[in-house]
Amino acid sequence: MGRVVVEVMPKPEILDPQGKAVVGALPRLGFTQFSGVRQGKRFELEVDGDVTPEVLAAAQQAAETLLSNPVIEDVVRVADAATDAAGTITSEGVA
Amino acid sequence: MSAATLASARIGVITFPGTLDDRDASRAVRLAGGEPVSLWHADGDLQGVDAVVLPGGFSYGDYLRAGAISRFAPAMDAVVDAAKGGMPVLGICNGFQVLTEAHLLPGSMVKNDHLHFVCREQVLSVENTSTAWTNQYRPGQHITIPLKNQDGQFVADDRTLDELEGEGRVVFRYQGWNPNGSRRDIAGITNERGNVVGLMPHPEHAVEAGFGPDGEAGPRSGTDGLGFFTSVLASLVSA
Repeated sequence: MGRVVVEVMPKPEILDPQGKAVVGALPRLGFTQFSGVRQGKRFELEVDGDVTPEVLAAAQQAAETLLSNPVIEDVVRVADAATDAAGTITSEGVA
Repeated sequence: MSAATLASARIGVITFPGTLDDRDASRAVRLAGGEPVSLWHADGDLQGVDAVVLPGGFSYGDYLRAGAISRFAPAMDAVVDAAKGGMPVLGICNGFQVLTEAHLLPGSMVKNDHLHFVCREQVLSVENTSTAWTNQYRPGQHITIPLKNQDGQFVADDRTLDELEGEGRVVFRYQGWNPNGSRRDIAGITNERGNVVGLMPHPEHAVEAGFGPDGEAGPRSGTDGLGFFTSVLASLVSA
């Protein structure tokens, strides 16, 4: 069974009241090093077979039509969860 | 439609899973002199109604985004088609959110800037009195109707906001206090044609003395919301 991960974030120009509330709470726990927080959404879409390019394309389309509202949000990532789990994406880029 | 058939003007009120204010909206239609028709979200047949109200509530628990899932209900496909043909459509609160998700109105609603649920009697100015739902008000008239929401902050990019202002499509603006951080104090807007109107506050809760906001005639005497429903009946008569 395959899984596609879709991540959606509020657009940079939209004030994110939830992120603002979280950043306000962090210093109360001693986390003073974080100056900003933005809160987004992560969806995991399961498919019975493999994550093919067609499945990814369909996930991209679903992300743009239902999972996000382009007026207030950006789809920042549509990816095969298995590839990520294998750790092929590192801080230096795709290994 | 002639004045003789005014009483038979049929206004549909759609119930989605999680809708709260459908009964109040139907009652408002009746008090204004129309015939309310209950419509179910899963039914794509609007039963020949002359206008539609999308009432407030928390359809689908506001999951995903407020109004996002209701937008895909079979009844909404019919509403989108009818609205494009000129049928009057009013979206109140969650109904407004559904209208933006359905792209019948621009912009969107996000969480109130202060993060709290708000419930108060809110003063609005009526800035456009040529829509199907506001023709019985005076330009600039101040009305007081209840406001109750968590995701009520109207947002849109500056180009869209300028367009709305330039075309006179800002129908209501918050007066005295902006209760949710809405851009340019916008409480409600309309489409180019003026048949589709959406707003966050609730006119259907201010239609009957004894149950409305405090008014000049005493506590709970306010009926400022009734004009929405008499307006649509008037627009159907003149149509």
